[in-house]
Amino acid sequence: MLITAIFVALSRDLMAVVMVFGAYSLLSAGMFMVMDAPDVAFTEAAVGAGVSTLLMLMALSKTGRFERRVERQWLPLSLTLVTTAVLVYGTLDMPKVGHPENPVHQHVVPRYLEESGKEIGIPNVVTSVLASYRGFDTFGEVVVVFTAGLGVFLLIGGIRRKENR
Amino acid sequence: MHDSLILRVVAKFLIPVIVLFGLYVVFHGKLGPGGAFQAGVILASALIVHMLVFGPDETRRVAPVAVLRGLAAVGVLLYGGTGLISLALGANYLDYNPIGSTPVSGQYFGILLVEIGVCITVASTMALLALLFAERVRT
Repeated sequence: MLITAIFVALSRDLMAVVMVFGAYSLLSAGMFMVMDAPDVAFTEAAVGAGVSTLLMLMALSKTGRFERRVERQWLPLSLTLVTTAVLVYGTLDMPKVGHPENPVHQHVVPRYLEESGKEIGIPNVVTSVLASYRGFDTFGEVVVVFTAGLGVFLLIGGIRRKENR
Repeated sequence: MHDSLILRVVAKFLIPVIVLFGLYVVFHGKLGPGGAFQAGVILASALIVHMLVFGPDETRRVAPVAVLRGLAAVGVLLYGGTGLISLALGANYLDYNPIGSTPVSGQYFGILLVEIGVCITVASTMALLALLFAERVRT
């Protein structure tokens, strides 16, 4: 995974970058699977490795295959490095992964895990959290997807109509 | 687009399998991994395979852009409408308990309706994106 990420950052052949990025998505899907999150792995494999690779390839065929060579810019680079350092420093304060006292395991999760079988009657807790406990959030997500699709439709579909006139 | 016999035959075999798998993921999402978002993408990928092999024009005949656009709205409305049903039955918005005879069966139907709504919206939006992009690529 690290190798693919470094390749994506360094290569100038955008076609290869898109391909390797797809492989990166597939690898991270495998990682999610190893961490017992098949729902997330599913999404990553379908969206990250599948559909977005296709959309990027389509965009590439409109824009051209190779990245333009640019002068190395020091201000953005130093900004990124500083931000990275701050973020890494922030992770030092994070609780250990998998520790039972972590806030993640203390807040609403025990209730979801223990009660959702009785309240919702569905074995897959992810689904019951997604669609029932957090129904409002999911509704928001659907509206976002719809709005994004509508935006692309207005941008791309609208131009086509003008050409026909 | 492509006149390769192998591609056409394999696609004809694959597309029903992909659609079936997508439907399985929607309706089995309560028991195993998966859910409406993933299922929507899987269903859309069936249309995308169709588009890659048979060409965008053929796909437009199967799934016209106007229909896809309408379906995307139908999915959102189905989700929102499920919430309105529970409002009409005297509960909070998106509280599925009163939809069925018992709270648990109400949750079951509510989640099913909502998931189908999500699936329709995601599938039609993804297919719409791919189709529109393909049109742009050609022109």
